[in-house]
Order: sequence, then structure tokens, then C-alpha cells
Amino acid sequence: MRRYIIVILLSLIPTVASQANAQQERHVRIATEGAFPPWNAVDNSGQAIGFDIDVGKAVCERARLKCDFVTQAWDGIIPALTVGKFDAIMAGMSITEKRRQVIAFSRPYALTSNYFVVARSSDIAPLGSDTKIDLSANSEENNALLRTLKTHLRGKVIGVQGSTNAEAFVHEYFGEAVEIRIYDKQDNLNLDLVAGRIDAGLADFSVWKSFLDTADGAAVELYGPRLSGGLFGPGIGIGLRKTDDELAARFDDALVSISLDGTLRQISLQWFGADLVSQ
Amino acid sequence: MNLSLILDVLPLLADSMVLTAKLTIASIILGAFIALPLSLMRASLTAFLSFPVLAYTFVFRGTPLLIQLFLVYYGASQMDWIRSSAAWFILREPFWCALIAFSLNHAAYTTEILRGGIRAVPFGDVEAAKALGMSYALRTRRVVLPAAIRLALPAYANEVVLMLKASSLASTITLMELTGTARKIVAQTFSPYEVFISAAVIYLGITLVISYAFAHLERHLAKHQQRNAQTGMFWFAEMIATLRPRLRGSVSR
Repeated sequence: MRRYIIVILLSLIPTVASQANAQQERHVRIATEGAFPPWNAVDNSGQAIGFDIDVGKAVCERARLKCDFVTQAWDGIIPALTVGKFDAIMAGMSITEKRRQVIAFSRPYALTSNYFVVARSSDIAPLGSDTKIDLSANSEENNALLRTLKTHLRGKVIGVQGSTNAEAFVHEYFGEAVEIRIYDKQDNLNLDLVAGRIDAGLADFSVWKSFLDTADGAAVELYGPRLSGGLFGPGIGIGLRKTDDELAARFDDALVSISLDGTLRQISLQWFGADLVSQ
Repeated sequence: MNLSLILDVLPLLADSMVLTAKLTIASIILGAFIALPLSLMRASLTAFLSFPVLAYTFVFRGTPLLIQLFLVYYGASQMDWIRSSAAWFILREPFWCALIAFSLNHAAYTTEILRGGIRAVPFGDVEAAKALGMSYALRTRRVVLPAAIRLALPAYANEVVLMLKASSLASTITLMELTGTARKIVAQTFSPYEVFISAAVIYLGITLVISYAFAHLERHLAKHQQRNAQTGMFWFAEMIATLRPRLRGSVSR
């Protein structure tokens, strides 16, 4: 009997030791979906890859955290976080009020950046896609750019997916100036864009990215400024438990750090071929 | 359940009702023009005339309207030679695509309904017309069609109501008619119950008008057969009859 007690006590030692260690180097499990490229995906060997993963690794390195990634289906990813199956979510999840009622978010590590896309053959007056509009900043420059965009698109047919921020934007900022077609699926919108039934489409850059890379997508191009902020929301954040203030603080500091030294921008360029992280 | 919301969305939906009405009425008119000659061909004893029409009605009654709509709208836009042809001028617009799919589908059903009417015209009547020396055209115009239409009318009224409801599919090709608008409002208000009840009330209202009109038309066409004038709510009973589901065994969508 005494032997058993000794074995049990011995087996407890490493556990106690590791808990003491955790104060310095905490082990963090980060969940991702693994099915939303280029944000996150799973490679042939089962490893998670993508923008979320690379940002996660950079953040953990900066925050001196030991992290590993687990894949978890999108449905139920939030409940699994709250019950403690993992400690953070990095899955291209945008920060919304509804989600904020259940979980906490770090500061955004990417923006939800909407772009117009037009057919290359279209007769819309050209407008470069290297400018940007932050709808939450009410600057004169922004307003002038918005007016130009509106003038160029006046009377055109614009397709958006129903119940998205893109639809809300077109209704609120362009209203009667354009004809709005509402699609149930982005794929159908893409088909009509190629067919020439609509002059332009508006959607998130990551949505366009996968379409622009296809053969059909070669016929279209990004058009006009990047739209973010305001009704598009603050962006993509790391989902955390509301009680985990320590991790939130460490992630926030690390995010500021990798954003200041350009690491974050570098990762964005690598995965999206565009800067989706700078305001 | 919020009763005032049901009333609040009614005017919003009423705007989109115009598109639903436009689509339905245009499809019915176009469908009738297609179905009239086709039903005569279909009723003909010459296989050379009836078989192609049979093939047409078989295809259009045997496939879902939604697929026909997608084939016309998304299918046509896939072909480069269609996109560069003059037809693209029409096929480019979702309204015309919906109208083409709806009227062809509606015409297929109407053809079969009217053909049934034509075949049910008493043979004696046709014989009598022949004996009087009437040509095919004349006896079709004066004897066969009037009787056939009268016989086919109840089933046709049913088909018109089905057409009205089928027009809700137009929302899948970006036409924001009644159902599409209702779905959009649901996404904004998160109250499916109230909004869809509102939409259902409007559909019921239109159906009521259609049924009432056909009940009257039926009575009007059958005047010579009535010995005593019917009293009371005859039209209501007839109207309810048009709302009955399609006969068992017939192809429905």
C-alpha cells in the first residue's frame, strides 16, 4: 500500500513543477478552422497553415508563449473556447457585438477590407485600388474619395451578397444612385460578374482573392479604394475567454509589437498579396 | 409575435408585390399565347404534330421550375456565343430570363390542360359541325375551343394560382419580388414569423382576386347551361374549389 502512495506522490511531482513553470512560459492552445483559405487551412500532413497561423506564431514568440494549433469546426468553435478546450481562437473571426457578448477579443490583427471588383472590359472610369477609406474617420480626403467612387459608379449595376456588410454599405452610401442586385451566394455573383450582367461587385478582399486566382477571375480586377471601418466593424481579432485577462494583455502587447516592426504586414503580403492589416 | 410589425412591413412588401404581379401576369399572357396553338397540335391525331409538343410538355412538366430558371439564367450566361449574340440583350436581364422560364413552364401545363378540354368536347358536336360543312378552322373557332375552354377553366384557374406562387422563385436570380423582399426584411429584423405572415397575407389576397375572377368567368361562360340562377355564395364555393390541390397523379412542382 505504501508503495502505491509513493508512486502516486512521485507522479504528482512533474505536474506541480509544470504548474510553477506556467507563470513564466504558459502553454496556449489556439483553435483554428482549417477550412477558410488563405486565412487558415490544413496542409497534406495535417498541419494548420495560413495567415492566422503565421500571425499566431509571431504573436506567441513575441509574448514568450508556447503555442500550438488545433483545428476545430467553425460551428461550436466559440462554445469549445468557453468550456476550456483551448485558450484562443484565430480563425479569421471578425469582431462583432453579438460575439462580444459571449467571448472577449484581442485588438484586431487584420481589417475586414471590402473592395469593389469590376470586369476588365468594363467602361467604368478607372480608379486605382491602392487608396483606402476608413469609414470611421470622417476626413475630407475620405469624403472626396467616396464622392469620386460614387460618381464613377452612378447608374451602374452592383452585385452584393445578401445580409452582408457589403450590402449595408451599398444601401447606405450609394442608395438610389446605383442599381443593387442581391445574391444568395457569392459564387452566383461571380458568375454574373464574368457574364457581364452586373458592372461591379462588392465583397471582402479575402472572398475576392480566391476568385481572382481562378481562370474566370482573370477577367475582373479590383477597383477603387479599400473600404474598412465604420459599418464594416473593427476587424479580425483573436477570440479569448472573458476571464482570461492575462492572455488578452499579453496578446495585445505582442500584436502592437509585430504590427510596429512590420512583421504583421509582411505576413499579410505573404498570404494575401496585399496589406490587409494597416489602418 | 408582434402584431404591429406584421402591419408595419405590409407597405414595404406592397412595393415588391408589383414585381410579383408583373411577372405573374406577363407569364400568364405569354403562356396562353404559346399554349393555344400547342394544345391544338397536341390534341391532333397526327403524330407528326402532337409528338413534338408532347416532348416539350414532358420536359417542362417533368423538371423543377427552379432548374429551368437556373438553366436559362446561369446556363445561358456560360456560353460565349450566346453572350456575343443579339439574344444576350434579352438574356442579360434577370426579368426576361424569369419571364422566359415561367411562361414556357406555365405554357406546358396550360397546353396539357387545354388539350384535355379539347379532347373532352363531345364528339357529336364536332360531327354536327362537320355535317354543316364547317372547315377545320371555323369549327375549331366556333365549336371546339369555346367548349374546350369552358371545360378546362377550373383546372386553368388552379394553374394560374400555382403560377403566382411559383413566381417566388424569381428571388433566386436577384429579382426582389414579394418572397425575396420578405427574406431580406427577415435578415434585417430577425423576425421571420411576422414578416412571412405578412407576405402570406398578400399572396392570399392576390389568390382571392384571381379565384374570384375565375369563378365569375366560369359562371359567365356556363350561363346557357343554367336553368335556375344560383343564389347566395356560389362564387365562394367555386373559389374554394380552385384552391384544391392538383389532382392526384398529375405532375406538380
